[in-house]
Amino acid sequence: MKVDITVNGEPTSADVEPRTLLAHYLRDTVGLKATNIGCDTTSCGACTVLVDGESVKSCTVLAVQVDEQSVQTMEDLGIEHKVTAAFRQEHGLQCGFCTPGMVMAAVSLIEENPDLTEKDVREGLEGNICRCTGYHNIVRAVLVAAGKDPDAAQAAGADDKTVAPGFSAGEGAK
Amino acid sequence: MIPVGFDYERPQTVDAAIALLAEHGDGATVLAGGHSLLPVMKLRLAAPEIVIDIGRLAELNYIRVDGDEVAIGAATRYRDLVISDVLAAECALLPAVARTVGDPQVRHRGTLGGAIAHADPAGDLPAAVLALDGTVVLRSPRGERKVPITEFYTGVFSSVKEPDELVVEIRVPRTGATGWAYEKFTRRSNDWAIVAVAVATMPDGATHLGLVNMGGTPLRASATEAALAEGKSIEEAAALAAEGTEPPTDSHGTPEYRNHLVTVLAKRALKTASA
Repeated sequence: MKVDITVNGEPTSADVEPRTLLAHYLRDTVGLKATNIGCDTTSCGACTVLVDGESVKSCTVLAVQVDEQSVQTMEDLGIEHKVTAAFRQEHGLQCGFCTPGMVMAAVSLIEENPDLTEKDVREGLEGNICRCTGYHNIVRAVLVAAGKDPDAAQAAGADDKTVAPGFSAGEGAK
Repeated sequence: MIPVGFDYERPQTVDAAIALLAEHGDGATVLAGGHSLLPVMKLRLAAPEIVIDIGRLAELNYIRVDGDEVAIGAATRYRDLVISDVLAAECALLPAVARTVGDPQVRHRGTLGGAIAHADPAGDLPAAVLALDGTVVLRSPRGERKVPITEFYTGVFSSVKEPDELVVEIRVPRTGATGWAYEKFTRRSNDWAIVAVAVATMPDGATHLGLVNMGGTPLRASATEAALAEGKSIEEAAALAAEGTEPPTDSHGTPEYRNHLVTVLAKRALKTASA
């Protein structure tokens, strides 16, 4: 069936099977290869893109579901965007496979909460896995992109013994 | 992984969606956020002939106070529950539970109605709505009916919802901003609960506990609730939380492990809720 999807501000249109995943539409139909497919099971976040400004995992969205909506991929940000610039400045990547997903998740996170703490960043990236385990610099990069001093933010979080939602605080925790 | 081919419809009204469901019966599946359905379709554990997408129906996307209850449209996403001022004031358990589902990307897509209809005993929201004594509103060509969630679930991934019925609304009592807790035990932050316990303090003062992953359906810790009603201490009541449950065995734990874990989580949740 025919879909009309705005991708990075440009109209795109194609006749796709309903089972076409958004990740495949972006990579194979539109030809934008920044969006990586990692686990293909909604776990790793490498395929994260924005739909109408909100982060989604494009391996778990059908192209037909976002017909007449707007999609943004990492190609649209460019090297001067505050998030990509911060990832470069803080060396927020090693192999780079998770990076497009991390960056797009970060764009959405900063949009929803402009006053991020280090804890907010770590929780907000819970859906993105870095197999190089380079989280330290990724978190710093997102803090920089959010206009925070990463050293101060990390120092402020150092004594924070509370746990992320979903984790049990354990006996005796506050 | 790519699903088996299917036809796709995105009706513009609830009535049109119900007409499509009635027309296609068992061959049709309702898609809302798709974050339970699409993974099983990609694994080819499900292969519907037609997918009816209700995810963008504005008619099903609302949170509003209605008398003594809060009415929530079935296609309301987790994200919308989390940031809802109405729920923060009127039923704060729900956004707190929704906050623990998946990750931000999942919460941008997944819906309350989808979670309730999917009937996953490891799901967070079904147990929370069960603790709240909520109501599931179903609509079909035969009309609308309200099913207490205590009567909704019949087994793993199954409920009393007929194939031509659509979950259109979830109703929960106005329990306020306090008196609740959710203790969820997971291996990773965005994982399914190994066991979780939701505590709600009802408008009449009764304490309810909903249990996640302690049987084929979401369950209430009835023995714990009865003990609390008799004035027993939190410790005494929480020790009864596994009574009447049939927890599963999987790679995360045995029934014995879960039977112990649920008493620990119930105690913590009851202490938090009463603090």
